[in-house]
Amino acid sequence: MNTVALEFNLDWLMALIQTLLFVAMAPLLLGWIKRVKCHMQNRAAPPVLQPYRDLIKLFRKQTVIADRASWIFRSTPYIVFGTTVLSAAIVPLVAVDLPTAAIADVIVLVGFFALARFFTALAGMDIGTAFGGMGSSREMMIGALAEPVMLMAVFTLAMSASTTNLSEAVTYTLKSGLVLRSSFIFAALGLMMVAVAEAGRVPVDNPSTHLELTMIHEAMILEYSGRHLALIEWAGFLKLMIYMVLISNIFFPWGIATELTAEALAIGVVAITAKLALLGVVLVIWETVMAKMRLFRVPQFLGFAFLLSLLGMLTHVVLETGG
Amino acid sequence: MSGLAAIMAGVWALIDEAPTLDQLALGLPWLKWHLRIDPLSGFFFAVVGLLVFAISLFTPGYLREYTRHDRKLSLAALGLFTGLFILGMYLVLLADDAFVFMISWELMSVSSYFLVAYQHLNAANRRAAFLYLLMAHIGGLAILLGFGVLAGFGGSFTFEAMRATELSPVWASIAFALAFFGFGMKAGMVPLHAWLPEAHPVAPSHISALMSGVMLKVALYGLIRFTYDLVGDIQWQWGLVMLVIGSASTLLGVLYALLRDNLKRLLAYSSIENVGIILSGLGLSMIFIGTGHDVLGVLGLIAALYHILSHALFKGLLFLGAGAIAHATHEYDLNNMGGLIKRMPQTAIFFLIGCLAISGLPPLNGFVSEWLTFQAALQAPALESGVLRSIIPVSAAVLALSAVLAATCFVKVYGVAFLGVARSRRVAHAQEVDIGMRLSMGLLALLCVLFGIFPSTVISLIDAVPMMLLGQGPPSVAVHGWLWLTPISPKVASYSAPLVFVAVIVVALVSYVLLHARALKIRRAHPWDCGFGSLNSRMQYTGTAFSMPIQRIFAPVWDLKEDIEETKNPKQPLRTEGIRHQLQALDKSWSRLYEPIGNLVLTTARQVSRIQTGSIHTYLAYSFFTLILLLWVVT
Repeated sequence: MNTVALEFNLDWLMALIQTLLFVAMAPLLLGWIKRVKCHMQNRAAPPVLQPYRDLIKLFRKQTVIADRASWIFRSTPYIVFGTTVLSAAIVPLVAVDLPTAAIADVIVLVGFFALARFFTALAGMDIGTAFGGMGSSREMMIGALAEPVMLMAVFTLAMSASTTNLSEAVTYTLKSGLVLRSSFIFAALGLMMVAVAEAGRVPVDNPSTHLELTMIHEAMILEYSGRHLALIEWAGFLKLMIYMVLISNIFFPWGIATELTAEALAIGVVAITAKLALLGVVLVIWETVMAKMRLFRVPQFLGFAFLLSLLGMLTHVVLETGG
Repeated sequence: MSGLAAIMAGVWALIDEAPTLDQLALGLPWLKWHLRIDPLSGFFFAVVGLLVFAISLFTPGYLREYTRHDRKLSLAALGLFTGLFILGMYLVLLADDAFVFMISWELMSVSSYFLVAYQHLNAANRRAAFLYLLMAHIGGLAILLGFGVLAGFGGSFTFEAMRATELSPVWASIAFALAFFGFGMKAGMVPLHAWLPEAHPVAPSHISALMSGVMLKVALYGLIRFTYDLVGDIQWQWGLVMLVIGSASTLLGVLYALLRDNLKRLLAYSSIENVGIILSGLGLSMIFIGTGHDVLGVLGLIAALYHILSHALFKGLLFLGAGAIAHATHEYDLNNMGGLIKRMPQTAIFFLIGCLAISGLPPLNGFVSEWLTFQAALQAPALESGVLRSIIPVSAAVLALSAVLAATCFVKVYGVAFLGVARSRRVAHAQEVDIGMRLSMGLLALLCVLFGIFPSTVISLIDAVPMMLLGQGPPSVAVHGWLWLTPISPKVASYSAPLVFVAVIVVALVSYVLLHARALKIRRAHPWDCGFGSLNSRMQYTGTAFSMPIQRIFAPVWDLKEDIEETKNPKQPLRTEGIRHQLQALDKSWSRLYEPIGNLVLTTARQVSRIQTGSIHTYLAYSFFTLILLLWVVT
C-alpha cells in the first residue's frame, strides 16, 4: 500500500477541521460584505450574522417543488453542495501541506465548479419555465468565457511554481519571497475579474435582484425553496469564499501555517481573516463604483480579463523563464 | 460476438507486449499478407471490440423497429456491410504491410459507404454518401502516396522494411504531410471535416456510433502507426502543425456542434471536437519528442490514447442514446423533444452519464484525458524555444474554452431533450426501449464511470503502447498505488478520482441525512415562475434559443442566415400577429474550401470536355496524332 493514504491521524483530522471551518465561515464573509456595502452606500446595515439566520430560516421552511420536476431537480442541491464543499477542502485556508490538497489539483477544482454549474443549469431547465432556460443559457455562456481565463491565470502560476497542486504553489510563493512579478500581477487581476463573474457579483450579475431581464444565477434557481434553496445559497457563499481565499493565499500567502503547531495555526487563522476582510472591502468598493452591465457587454469584460491573463502568461514565458 | 474476442485479443496483446507475427497465404503468391498484433494494435483492437460488443447488444431491438418502419430496406444487406465494415477495421489494425493496410482500409471505407447510403431513398442521404466516398478516396490516395514514399526508400511494402529505413528529413516530412492529410481527412480534422457531419448522421444509429466512435480512431491509429512507428524520426515542427490544427478542430468542432438542433448531427460535430483534443495531445507529444523530452512525449501520447478510449465509449453511448430516442419517438430534432426523463428514465440516466463524460467533468473518463492533456501542456516551460513555450499554453486555453463550450452544448442537449415538458405529441407518448438496448447503453455508461474512477489502473495497461513506440513508459503514473494518478511526480500534480468520487457522495449523503432528520414533507405545486401565469410547452427555451448568446459572441465563425418574418394585421399596423424566425448557421468550410474546389473541378471538366466533339472524324484524328507523338517519343 502507499504511504500517503496511510498517514491518517492528525493531518487528515486537521484537513477535516479546516474544511468545516471553511464551510462554517462562508456565510460570515458574506454578512461582512453586506454590512460594509450598506455602510458604504449609507444604508442601515443588517447584522453580520444575518446570512446564518437566513439559512436557518430556509432550512426550517417547507420545501415546495414544481409538480413536473424530475429527480435532477431534487438531487442538484446535494450535488452542488457536495462538489463545492470538496472544492473548499482542497484549497489551503489556514495551513498548507494538508493531505486533502493532494486529492485534487487546481484543474480538478475548475472541473468541480464546472460540474456544479452543469447540474445547476440542468436544474434550471428541468421545470420548463422560460426564466430557467434563460438563466441556464446565460450562466453557461459566462462560464464558457470565464473558465479559460481562470485556467490561464492559474496556468501562469502553475508554470512558475511548476506544479498544479495548490498547496505546493502556495509554498512556492512563500519560499520565493516578496518578488514583484509582472506575470503574477496580471494573473491576479484576471483572476479577480473572473471571481466577480463566477460568483455572480456586480457588474456581471446581481445576487440581490429578481428583476426579470437582468438575473442570471437567480433565474436558474428561481423554482427552489426551503432546504434546497438553502443548500444552493450556501454553496454560492462558499464559492465566493473559495475564490477570495484562492486570490489571497496564492498571491499573498504570508501568514499561512506551514507547520501544525497551535501558534502557527493561530497566526494562520488571524492572517486569513484579515486578508478576507480586506479583500471583502475591495470587493465592496468595486461593486459600489460599478454599475451592472448589460448582458452582451459581459463578453467584453471577460475578454479583457482573458487578455490580462494571456499577458501574464506571455510575460512569464518571455521574460521570466527565458535563458 | 467478434467484439468479445477482439477485447480478449487486444487486452492480451497489451499485457503480453511481444508482437505476434503471422503470414497468411492469401493474396498473390509473391505477396504474402503480413499480419501482426502488438500493443498498439492491441489497444485499438480492444477499443473497437468494446464498442462492437456493446452495439451487438443494441442492434436486434433497434433494427426490429427499423424494418417495420420502412419495408424497402433489406436487413441482409445491412448485416453484410456491417460485417464487412467491422472486418475491415480489424484488418487495418492487424496489417503489417502496406498492401493489406490499403486493401482493408478500402474495405472499411467502401462498406461504410453502403451503410451511409443505406436509406438511399432520401436524396440528401445519397448526396452525403457520395461526398463521403469521394473524400474517403482522396484521403486514401494521400495515404497510398505516403506509403509510396516510405516503400520507395525502404524497397519493400512490408512495415518491417519501412521501419528500418532512415529517411532524409525532407522526405520524412513529405511522407508525414501526406499521411497527416489522408488520415486527418478520415478523422475529420478542420478544415477537411465538412463531409463528416453530413455522412455520419444519416447512417442508422448503431452505424453512426461505430463510425464516430471507432472508425475515426482507426484513422488515428493509422496516423500513430505511420508517424511513431514507421517514420520514427519525429520532428517537432510536425507536432506544432498537429497541435495548431488540433486546437482549431477542437474549437470549431464544438462551436459548430453548439448551433445544431439535429441531435445526430450535433454529435457528429462534437466528434470533430474530440478528434481535435486527441490531435492536440498527439501534437504535444510529438513536440516534446522532437525536442528530446521523451518522458513528456510519453505523457502526451498517453493523454491522446486515453482520450481515444474515452471518446469511443461516450460517443458510442450518446449515438446509441440518440438511436434509442429516435426509436421511441422518431425524432431527431431537439426542438421537438422535451421531458423524456419521465418517459425513458433509464435511457435518461445513461445519456446523462454520457453527457457528463463528454463535457469533461470529474470524476468521469472524459475529465481524466483532458486533465492529462493539460498536464502535458503545462510542461511547456521545459522547452527551449520561446515561441513553442507561448503557443502551447494558448492552445491549452483553447482546449479549456472548448471544454466549457462542450459542457454548454450538452447542457443544451440534455436540458432540451430530456428535461422540461414534451414539445410534440410523439415525444409525449414515448416508451422506454427494450432491454437489450438499455443493456448496451448501460454497459457503456458503466465503463465511462469505471474508466473515470480508476484511471491509474487503465494507464498501467495502456503504457505498453509508449513502451513499444518510444522505449519507455510514463515516469510515475501510479507510484502511490492505484488510488492516485500522478503523471509526472506527486509534487507536480496529483488527482485521486476514487477519493473525489467517494467524497462527493459522502458530503451529499451527509447533508441529505442531516436535512432529513426533521421530517418535513415536500409539497408538490405548480411552478412558481416569478408569479407569472400559466406555462405551456412552447414557452420553454429551445435549443436555438439556448445557444443564442454563444452564437452572438462567436458570430464570425458561421455563415449566418437569419430570417425574421412578421405578419401584421392591416387594420392595426402596430400589432404583430405572428413572427416566423428562421436561422441557418452554415459551416464556413463549405463556402471557403469545398465549394471553390468543387467549382474549380467543374470548370476544368467543362474546359476539357470541349475536345469531345462527338464526331468520329475528330476522334480518329486524335488517335492518329497521339500515335505519331508516341512514335516520336519512342524513337
